[in-house]
Amino acid sequence: MSKTMMGRRAFLATTSAVGAIAVAGGNLVIGGNGAWAMSTTALTGDEAAMLVRMARAAYPHAKLDDAIYGKVIHGLDEQAAKDEGLLKTLQSGASMLKDKKFDTLDPDAQEAALREIQDKPEFQTVRGACVVGIYNNPEVWPIFGYEGESAAMGGYINRGFSDIDWLQDA
Amino acid sequence: MAAKFDLNDDSVVVVIGSGAGGGTLSNELAQKGINVVTLEAGGRHEIEDFVNDEWASFGNISWLDKRTTSGTWRVAKDFSGLPAWIVKAVGGSTIHWAGASLRFQEHEFKVKTHYGELAGANLLDWPITLAEMEPYYDKAEDKMGVTGTHNIPRLPGNNNFRVLAAGAKKLGYKEFHTGNMAINSEPRDGRGSCQQIGFCFQGCKSGAKWSTLYTEIPKGEATGHMEVRPNAQVLQIQHDDSSKVTGVLYADKDGNQHVQKARVVAVAGNSIESPRLLLNSASAKFPDGMANSSGMVGKNYMRHMTGSVYAIYDKPVHMYRGTTMAGIIRDESVHNPARGFVGGYEMETLSLGLPFMAAFLDPGAWGKQFAQDMEGYASMAGMWLVGEDMPQETNAITLHATEKDQYGLPVPNVHFDDHPNDVAMREHAFKQGAAVYEAVGAVRTIRTPPYPSTHNLGTNRMSANAADGVVNKHGQTHDIKNLFVSDGSQFTTGAAENPTLTIVALAIRQADYIAEQMGKNEI
Repeated sequence: MSKTMMGRRAFLATTSAVGAIAVAGGNLVIGGNGAWAMSTTALTGDEAAMLVRMARAAYPHAKLDDAIYGKVIHGLDEQAAKDEGLLKTLQSGASMLKDKKFDTLDPDAQEAALREIQDKPEFQTVRGACVVGIYNNPEVWPIFGYEGESAAMGGYINRGFSDIDWLQDA
Repeated sequence: MAAKFDLNDDSVVVVIGSGAGGGTLSNELAQKGINVVTLEAGGRHEIEDFVNDEWASFGNISWLDKRTTSGTWRVAKDFSGLPAWIVKAVGGSTIHWAGASLRFQEHEFKVKTHYGELAGANLLDWPITLAEMEPYYDKAEDKMGVTGTHNIPRLPGNNNFRVLAAGAKKLGYKEFHTGNMAINSEPRDGRGSCQQIGFCFQGCKSGAKWSTLYTEIPKGEATGHMEVRPNAQVLQIQHDDSSKVTGVLYADKDGNQHVQKARVVAVAGNSIESPRLLLNSASAKFPDGMANSSGMVGKNYMRHMTGSVYAIYDKPVHMYRGTTMAGIIRDESVHNPARGFVGGYEMETLSLGLPFMAAFLDPGAWGKQFAQDMEGYASMAGMWLVGEDMPQETNAITLHATEKDQYGLPVPNVHFDDHPNDVAMREHAFKQGAAVYEAVGAVRTIRTPPYPSTHNLGTNRMSANAADGVVNKHGQTHDIKNLFVSDGSQFTTGAAENPTLTIVALAIRQADYIAEQMGKNEI
């Protein structure tokens, strides 16, 4: 880790969970107090960081790292590199949140701010990507108690298909 | 050994579609020594191709060709290009179905008689009765290995069922059990028993669930009288001057077009594609579409009154483990107008994986409440509510005025508005569903709106009188003797029950009739 990034991490710890710096060959977004980072190509680091905040505020799960939300925005950034219309929408969304000083708001105020733009493509584009990108991410499944593929393990016939123990049965 | 028939062989029966209706009809005819060419729009994926992954499976086997929607149903807003959640593959939607195999009730074949006139509802009695159907229901249940019939034991109950059953008992319901399922509870017919895998909607990896893909189709092929052509999208049914159908035009996987000659054509493409094909087969002789002298082709589209209730408990349930549709409460399936609506509904367990739960729990929802609900996933129980919806002439499959498919043919538009009876029934079902779960301590219950349609019915309906519908009591079109409809589109009304068993029973019955009529040289 470079000194710059360590310094950045320390800075992040006192402000917001997501921040961005420009580095050679791309823009770096650092989140989770330095626990993860991603680089973007189409979006600036600041724009991407703002959209990560939007994603988390839309689907706020304290038990998910910023990396999960970051992956969704990273996917959008990759698409936006080939789709100017999408890029404009994303940039506009980041700009809207910047105007609302979104990163300074508490979670309830963030949700309220998003309700104001919830019918706009700037929000719906990110929301639509999140609903698949978050909940279809296998890393997320165990955190929600979902076990995924089961046939390869022989199904649940010997693995608890009927193991409920708190119910007074019929 | 699968047969191979010449395109110019005009002695064959051409069956369009290989699902519950088409797959069954094809095999039944082949077993009688009748030569059949089954044209299937989708590809042939075997059990080893199925994946326990909701979105991946959806991409692999769903019917995703362009469709449009209109009307006030919420699907038109949330899933505007996906009115129906059905399969495009050999085996059709018997790959995706949950397996519930219930007979219709006697009164459900005679709804006009029992329900009377209902404003806006285009009610009609079926031209057949339960008594006439019973021998065929018997054969269908035996063929499919339906639990709770023919001395086949019921499946064991999974966690989701146990919550439902405990709630049902507390509420005083009397008829609840693990259902009548076409899922082997013990090895039968060369297939093993259910391994409680879950993922019934993604294709059964153990083959315990009946699907024409690995039952009817290989059995038919083994007779040497049946050829299945996958990736064969039928574009048009052709006829001669005497108004007999003569064959079908289809496109193969490379887009090359062929004409398969036929002695008889049976349409079984599900209730969106079947009427679309008849409408797209319009000609100088049939300007309004084939077999459409009644004007009813595409009309009276039904999709069942549906909805789901998910309940969150403060302790784990793991509803997704095991059979997706793991049990049923039948008490509300009766016709009891004192509840404020005609007809009845079934309450059947249902589970979705985390990915589909996010998409369907409350489509479009987001924010703190939604996130909290999703965090309750492991402690959720769920049920699907499925009841009789009212046929309405304005609910219809029509050809889109401007949108065309990859072959240049108009895409289907699916228009649907709830009838007030559907709305009243759904409200009742939502309340009762929540009550079942609250009776055993649900912390929160969630009303989930209808998914894209899995039960698509009624768009070529059966009628005694040729002016009221498209086909007669044998699924034979009123207008053209050698043209048949063999899927759920022939349903006069929808009943409360899942439709597959009735589709299969009708296909077995129709095969007898086609063989008899061919024997007499009537067709």
